[in-house]
Parts: sequence; C-alpha cells; structure tokens
Amino acid sequence: MNFQDDKDLRDLLAKNIASLEDTELHRDLWPQMLERLDQQRPARVPWFDWALAVLLSAALIFFPGAIPALLYHL
Amino acid sequence: MELLQRFAAGDLDAFEVLFRQHQKQVYARIVRIVRDSGTAEDLTVETFWRIYRSRARFDPGGNFGAWAYRVATNAALDHLRKSRHEIELPADLAANSQPDTAVQHQTRKRIQIAFAQLPAKYRLVATLALIEQESYEKIAEAAGISTTLVKVRVFRAVRMLRKKLAPLHFERDAKT
Repeated sequence: MNFQDDKDLRDLLAKNIASLEDTELHRDLWPQMLERLDQQRPARVPWFDWALAVLLSAALIFFPGAIPALLYHL
Repeated sequence: MELLQRFAAGDLDAFEVLFRQHQKQVYARIVRIVRDSGTAEDLTVETFWRIYRSRARFDPGGNFGAWAYRVATNAALDHLRKSRHEIELPADLAANSQPDTAVQHQTRKRIQIAFAQLPAKYRLVATLALIEQESYEKIAEAAGISTTLVKVRVFRAVRMLRKKLAPLHFERDAKT
C-alpha cells in the first residue's frame, strides 16, 4: 500500500476543511457533571417514610384485627 | 490515601479533582473529532460519567490521563456513529473566511458532505490524521487500536473520499 500518494487529497481537504484553532474549553463543566451524577443516583427515600412503614408494620403485627379496617379505608 | 486510589474507591472529592485536572484535555480531544463545541461539552461530561461508572476497574497505578483520552475518543466515535446520517455540518468546519464564489462554495460543500458520509471509524482516523495532522501512533493509542490498523483505515478513508470526489479531481485536472 502506498500511503504517500494521498498528498493531493490532503491538500484538497486542508483547503476545504480547516483544522480547529479554538479547542479551548471556555467554562467549567463540573456543575453539569454533578447534575449528571445526581440524575443517575437512585432516588432517596425520606426517613419519615421509613418511620411510617415501620409504625404501620408494627400496628399490623400487634393489632391484626385492624387489617380489615385498613383495607376498608384503602 | 493517594488521589487515584481515593477515586477508585468512589470518593467524589477525588473525582472532582481529577475532573478539573483533565476536563480541558478531554474537551480538546473531543472537539477535534466532533467539531462542534456544544456537542463536545456534552461528550466531555459523558466521558467523565463513563470514567466514574467504571472507576472500580481502574488500576490506581495506571495513567489516568491516557485512560481518559481513550474513553473520550470512544465517546466521540459513538457520537459519530449515531450522527453519521446527519450530514449538515457545523459552521466552524469551513477552512477560510474569504468569501466563496458559487463554484467554490459548491465544491467545499461536496467535500464536506463526502467527509461527513464516511463511516464513523474511518471518519475518526481521517479527521485526526488528515485534518488535525496527528501522528498515527498518537491516534492508535487514543483509539485503542494498532498503528497498522490506523494506517489501513486512513488509506481506506482516502480511497472512499477519492471515489466520492472523483468528479472534482477531473474538474481540477481539466483546469490545469
């Protein structure tokens, strides 16, 4: 294979497609990175939701008679 | 604990330090390939997201910069694959700011479209080798392929461009 005979094509490309001069990053991308990390993080369940679930479970264990009433109100 | 070890262990502060140290080089790498600053910013974040996600596989004794460079090149390549059929090119692709004649404009447009229509893996090496004038060794390292494969891909890209642009050559030859 001859890799030297593409000079005319290189010239044609150079004439019509410029090498980028400005490759400088003009702003800090860390805030976007944090947003991206937050989006991917699993949603956190607030502590009071856990407390409510524990209370409800305890109530159902200690007062099983409350189950029909609970189902009625659901 | 060292910075890279803390990063590999999932320390967000260590990741922030590495992000700030390397974001400029990663962006510069990507923008040379995709040639659009907005897309390059999005892909820079995507690159670091991939890096953060696979931090457990990173060897703290390794070269973070080289790894980031490779992940960035792959992210840019994935983007080229997805956007191959969007042949509308960004404005900053034009070579000079002198006003074109109608024929020059048409020629430029045809060359840019032919270039944009190259398959992504050929466009990647052609952009870096033929336009950005990077060495084959540097391209090979960043793309995670051998120097020989880079040469082969550049050769094939040139052949594809020649085929697509053959009428232009005839016009040029006829004029000279």
